[in-house]
Amino acid sequence: MKVLLSILLEMADIPSDPEVVAVALTSLGLAVEEMDIVGAPIPGVVTARINRMEKHPDAAKVTRCFVDAGDGEERHVWCGATNMQPGDVVPLATLGTKMPNGMDIARRGILGIDSEGMLCSEVELGLSEESSGLLILPKDSPLGVSPFEVLGIEHDVVFDLDLTRNRADCWGHLGVARDLAAHFAVPLKGPRIDVGARGAEKSLPVVIDAQENCGSFSVSYVSGITVGPSPRSVASRLAHLGMRSINNVVDASNLVMLETNQPNHAYDAAVVSSFRVRLATAGEKLTTLDGQERALHPEDLLICNGVDNSGVGLAGVMGDQHSEITDTTTTLAVESAWFSPDPIRFAAIRHGLRSEASVRFERGTDPNAWELAAERFVTILRESCPTATLHTGATIVRTPHCPQPIPVDVSVDSVERKLGIRIEADRIVSILNAIGFSASVKGDIVSSVVPTWRPDCSESVDIIEEVARHFGYDNIGKTVPNSTVHGRLSSMQQRRRTLRRVLVGLGLDEAMPSPFLAPGDLSRVGLSEDSVLRIANPLVADESILRTSLRPGLLRSLRYNQSHRAPRVGLWEIGHVYPKSDAQLPDESEQLAIVVAGGDAETALTQWNAICDALSVGTQLDQSRVPSGLHATRSATLARGKQVVGVVGEVDPMVLHELGIEGRVSILEVNLSILLNEEPKPVQAKDINRFPSSDIDLAFVAPDSVPAVNIQRALRQAVAKRLVSIELFDVYRGKGVAEDSRSLAFRIRMQEAGGTLTDSVLAEVQQACIAAAQKAGAALRS
Amino acid sequence: MSTTPTSEHQQLAAALTEGLALIAASGSSEDLRGVMSSLTGKKGPIAALKSSLGKVADIEARKELGQLVNEALVTLQQASEAHSRTLRAGEFAAQIASERLDISEVAMSAQATRRRGRMHLVTQATERLEDVFIGLGFQIAEGPEVETDFYNFEALNMPPSHPARSMWDTLFIESDVEGSVVLRTHTSPVQIRVMQDWPPPIYAVMPGRVFRKETPDATHMPVFHQIEGLVIDRGITFADLAGTIESFTKAFFGEGFTSRLRPSYFPFTEPSAEFDIRRPDGSWIELGGCGMVHPHVLRAGGLDPDEWSGFAFGFGIDRMAKERHGVDDIRDMYSDDIRFTEQFS
Repeated sequence: MKVLLSILLEMADIPSDPEVVAVALTSLGLAVEEMDIVGAPIPGVVTARINRMEKHPDAAKVTRCFVDAGDGEERHVWCGATNMQPGDVVPLATLGTKMPNGMDIARRGILGIDSEGMLCSEVELGLSEESSGLLILPKDSPLGVSPFEVLGIEHDVVFDLDLTRNRADCWGHLGVARDLAAHFAVPLKGPRIDVGARGAEKSLPVVIDAQENCGSFSVSYVSGITVGPSPRSVASRLAHLGMRSINNVVDASNLVMLETNQPNHAYDAAVVSSFRVRLATAGEKLTTLDGQERALHPEDLLICNGVDNSGVGLAGVMGDQHSEITDTTTTLAVESAWFSPDPIRFAAIRHGLRSEASVRFERGTDPNAWELAAERFVTILRESCPTATLHTGATIVRTPHCPQPIPVDVSVDSVERKLGIRIEADRIVSILNAIGFSASVKGDIVSSVVPTWRPDCSESVDIIEEVARHFGYDNIGKTVPNSTVHGRLSSMQQRRRTLRRVLVGLGLDEAMPSPFLAPGDLSRVGLSEDSVLRIANPLVADESILRTSLRPGLLRSLRYNQSHRAPRVGLWEIGHVYPKSDAQLPDESEQLAIVVAGGDAETALTQWNAICDALSVGTQLDQSRVPSGLHATRSATLARGKQVVGVVGEVDPMVLHELGIEGRVSILEVNLSILLNEEPKPVQAKDINRFPSSDIDLAFVAPDSVPAVNIQRALRQAVAKRLVSIELFDVYRGKGVAEDSRSLAFRIRMQEAGGTLTDSVLAEVQQACIAAAQKAGAALRS
Repeated sequence: MSTTPTSEHQQLAAALTEGLALIAASGSSEDLRGVMSSLTGKKGPIAALKSSLGKVADIEARKELGQLVNEALVTLQQASEAHSRTLRAGEFAAQIASERLDISEVAMSAQATRRRGRMHLVTQATERLEDVFIGLGFQIAEGPEVETDFYNFEALNMPPSHPARSMWDTLFIESDVEGSVVLRTHTSPVQIRVMQDWPPPIYAVMPGRVFRKETPDATHMPVFHQIEGLVIDRGITFADLAGTIESFTKAFFGEGFTSRLRPSYFPFTEPSAEFDIRRPDGSWIELGGCGMVHPHVLRAGGLDPDEWSGFAFGFGIDRMAKERHGVDDIRDMYSDDIRFTEQFS
């Protein structure tokens, strides 16, 4: 939202230093995004009369102009424009001038003839965004003076405010001026009003059918109109505020909106002399001012000509093209209404039409600003059209849905409890009164009435915020709470941090690929797409699926690096996955995944062992279940009984081929929501068994289909309580061992709890081991 | 006096002289060990002398000779130890000279095959922030990234179709009730979950991933990270908020930094503020938003606003990482490109 310093200064006697105003605005919560000085005279640019013009035979596109800048010296200037004639007064940028766009005016020649300056357009002077030729000034303009002076353009400052969603009132200068006046403790004067003598009573009929959508509707009758151009001062203010000048009537209407935040519309009273506000009917059409014919929706609110019930405006959004005023208009019906914010917002969205009016209505306007708006409208109009007359008897219709002032009480104590500083009752009252919240005090209670221009305020906390804002956040002080809570990481968070450091120590890089996948990404890595969630409004289709595994993202990052000459990356990620569940929210969990280019199953197992040691956890390896998408004979499931905790091994070579990844890729995936959540209980110390231990070495031959871990499990059970450790110390394939089998040599260390192992016990255990291994599918190697 | 003692004395002297010569002549520790075991062993000359002591009849003479034998043994051992030290010094020097290893060569060849582990810049920033807040007495809370409309909006004082919802470009999840499930647009829903789950007083920060429907550019990503802070206790004031932000500023950025609050608007806090950090050079960083938890939000979290009050604050983590390391384009941080990450070893 842009505001002009000159308008603010008309409304309140605030300091004129723009820097001071900018600091005040920001401290009030009206953040100044940008501050631009506009319309400043450009030193070196003066008015000059074109005495004569000549064409040069060799330069068809340019004209030689001989100009008089009032200093008795005739200058020669080459000019590419075509809209000037001898006798015209135009802006001349003399030699040495620095133009607003940074260009330096130097002596430049065409065909060896120098130009002693440049004749300027509005664009070149920074007065508008577009122009067609030179800026032609009135013929009687004095020569040698700034063209800005001739045009009545005042030097001004534009503040571009980043308004928060609650400050509807600051979409008009008046709201901004009110806050500033309170801040600088000066009275708020508001916009200048001078409507001259009022015309005879004239009331135009208004009927509101759609009462819920329209809280109030007013029409003021204005006569004595001559439609023509706006005075330059009005047009330039509009230009500074980002609006185009149309004619004196439309410009006055727009400027009033920018000043008072009251959108309004001037109809030709000869065409529209009565009004009806109703909902559109299905199939109804309206051609808005932007020339678009729009099919209306039954929830669209229409302003209609009371005579034939035809639409003359899409209420709160945009007027109808056919009811525009014309050059022959002499009387006006000036309409100002209050529309319910939500329906206007939805209409603007429905029609993709966000207008200056709709942004104001959807935030909430003041139902009581209509009269000020009408008077200000006529005041502005009278600058270009002194005969404009505002008639008494304006119509104002209010429905039960019109916002009312809201009384709100706050206690002085509650202000202190919220802010942490004592602000006395008188101070609270004076702050509130300064911003129009009529306040008074009785005991500890400050009673105030929220004005209708502040739709954001309705309860005591809103009042406290206003008090804090105007008291000054900087004046509230800084304390720290007296807390009894101790800062710490939870056990799970502590363990996650340990895990991260182990991963870094293993030489692995943390990756953070997007959690959004394309359809097919999961099945491409061998995973199901059955339980995926879809984004209803994705940015692009390739990011429309929520991941149920970290694998596709990590493999993509791995492949990316491989294709950029980094063939040996090892990547990890700790992140959430979101598989669909029966509940409203997915079965979200935190996962760890590690992939290493060039790594094999042993790489992954080594990593898993390091993680298990660091986190004091363990799992069983289950080779009977081949994890989908993994190498079928070089992978295993990590399990806790029936519960699957993760997978370990290598990525299926076919998947790698599909993805264009070269070499093996080791993979480890673990569900951290399971693993990190179990806080291991502190292990209780046992006495060291000081009796001697004995080892027996046993070698078994087992087919490759029998996992070593099965044999180990069998041995473990056979040795039972005497077991100290089992170590697989040799694996042999080759001569003497059958094809597709291998010899597995175990060293079993045993100890008796209360004494030395006897030979007979050792022999017994050995037999039990052999029997158990046999049952597991392994024969004693002879 | 018998002549025997004399002869035994001579034998001892000869054995000692010969022993010392043999020790001195030993060229290596191993030789020396051999020499010593033959000199002092059971079959050695000293042992022979010892065993013949019994034959000396005169008690005094036997005593004297016994003492002399022991002294000779000590002399030999001392000589051996001294010589052994010299020999070992030479031998270790030779070993050290022969085992030369160029550590830099080893380091360089290890470098060639070694993978280097690094945490993501955002993870590093998150941990740094967490640590500062732990120091300030906060605990860490976490919540789901896919959220219900209730937690992401409604409980945060934004009932259905509240205009402030448009402050966030929301990504919605396809669900039975359209719009009822979203990718959380901020970490604020965790506030509500913590209020519901943790008994007050609450001092918590909530870091995490958030989502917006935004096209990636140098400063925006559709997936990024925020940290949210929530304090709920009895008698918490706006001044406590300002003081906590100030403490954080000094703890995280340094003593020379200060903070200020300026009025702003968020549906879930009132009064609301933006907070800015002032660098020692006087320039400002606009960091985040904060405010007193709105009574409606306390109620949605199951707390009585007459008993409990609190404040909340939040800001982006990615920007912290970006500014700390001078990253120009946030997209680089999420490229997983080793050429980018390996700079931060």
